[in-house]
Amino acid sequence: MLYSEKVMDHFRNPRNLGKIEDADGVGEVGNATCGDIMKIYLKIKDGIIEDVKFNTFGCGSAIASSSMATEMIKGQKVEDALQLSNRAVVEALDGLPAHKIHCSVLAEEAVKAAVKDYYDKNKIPYDPELFKESHCESCEACK
Amino acid sequence: MEKLIYADNAATTPILPAALEAYRKTALEAWGNPSSLYTLGQKAKEVLEKAREEIAACIGASPREIIFTSGGSEADNQALRTGAYLGKRKGKTEILSTAFEHHAILHTLEDLGKEGFTVKLLPVGKKGVVEPKVLAEAISENTALVSVMTVNNEIGTVQPIAELAKICREKGVLFHTDAVQAVGHMEVDVKAWGVDMLSASAHKFRGPRGIGFLYARRGLVLKPVIFGGAQERNKRAGTENLAAIAGMSVALREAVSNLGKDREKMISLRERLIAGLQEIPYSCLNGDREKRNAGTVNFCFEGIEGESLLLLLDEKGVCASSGSACTSGSLDPSHVLLAIGLPAEVAHGSLRLSLSAENTEEEVDAIVAAVKDAVAFLRSISPLWESLETGKKEHWLKK
Repeated sequence: MLYSEKVMDHFRNPRNLGKIEDADGVGEVGNATCGDIMKIYLKIKDGIIEDVKFNTFGCGSAIASSSMATEMIKGQKVEDALQLSNRAVVEALDGLPAHKIHCSVLAEEAVKAAVKDYYDKNKIPYDPELFKESHCESCEACK
Repeated sequence: MEKLIYADNAATTPILPAALEAYRKTALEAWGNPSSLYTLGQKAKEVLEKAREEIAACIGASPREIIFTSGGSEADNQALRTGAYLGKRKGKTEILSTAFEHHAILHTLEDLGKEGFTVKLLPVGKKGVVEPKVLAEAISENTALVSVMTVNNEIGTVQPIAELAKICREKGVLFHTDAVQAVGHMEVDVKAWGVDMLSASAHKFRGPRGIGFLYARRGLVLKPVIFGGAQERNKRAGTENLAAIAGMSVALREAVSNLGKDREKMISLRERLIAGLQEIPYSCLNGDREKRNAGTVNFCFEGIEGESLLLLLDEKGVCASSGSACTSGSLDPSHVLLAIGLPAEVAHGSLRLSLSAENTEEEVDAIVAAVKDAVAFLRSISPLWESLETGKKEHWLKK
């Protein structure tokens, strides 16, 4: 099979699917030309991610990666969510095919973009280095 | 999983039981080497030549004009290398083809490009049909070979092969057609069409895998791409895959004898499928509405990505394919859909359904229902669809 059972489970039954109307932070990454866009909504209280939702346009592994990423950061401190790496997402999904790794990179970036939006909205100072874009550069549109 | 609905016949077809039986019988009874002198070998040789006669008759060729290959890809490779070689001997180094050929053509051309040939790919327009005028204007003194596929494998458009071949003949240019999606699916007559070379593959018409053939009109000397023996009159080395050849012959004769009947049924199924899918807003049927083969339907649905659509359809037992980048292992969407002018973001949301005469109206209705559900779900979770619906981004397709 192309995908692990874990990936298929998160694709078939995505966790935290949806939107948060009064989100404290929203991050959208990717582009239509590449074929995947992820949008993550955060509800934050006292520095803790109380709720998280996502919407994704993309392949099975993009949907599974965003589902897994939201599950991994839900209930976490905002600073800890920023530590979420694409590798951790891949591991939690029991692996992704080589040409799908960029989906996990997008998931990491979507979380970071949502946190950055929260920081910006609330004028919370941060180190810009944390949000340096690390595009996957695997396709023309990102190069 | 629910009952399987197979709608990916352009990818491969299930082997015909009679073809499998011919395969089995040949492998068990005519297992001698056709090159051997003793009776067992000569019996195998007879089976080989009988299959050649039968296959030739199915496409209006004579037996000597058929050589057996390992499939469509090899036949394409050999046809292009032959055309290039023969052209070069006359000092011609340009090859014309189209932007939406199968990769067996495009990648061979790329390789010939590295060997010093100039390759030009003709546009196929929004409808996915090569205009004879465009070819006529593109041919130059330096053109050695033209290769245009008979039926496009992704969108099913049928090319005006006889007209294109005529233009080439009048200008003294060799013409090859990759007819992998046509042989066994429509009437093919190499003489009426006037083609110099034609490629075919057995597993597209319910024959076995790993076998196909190349037609080369009398007088055209093929250049071998596989060396090592005198088989196929020195044009293709290797002990003949006789069982597969016998299976291919049975499958092709059966397909050709059912052409009229199957075609009528498939067109009716196809139209039902198209009508059903057209009810989905912001979708489009790809390729010319009229000039298409009986079984292939290719749609794009805005705001979604094809691979996730295929996975959802698989859950419902529907086997289909997509020109989405994510399904191909490459990162770019289908070159065919880009060639007919679709932007990448729309091409990512493509779905190819290729029917056979075995499909039923109930299956078509089940496919339509499954696609409608899947597209609706994927749109409901798609930020791209949200942008399109809220007007942040303009729809490219019509409602």
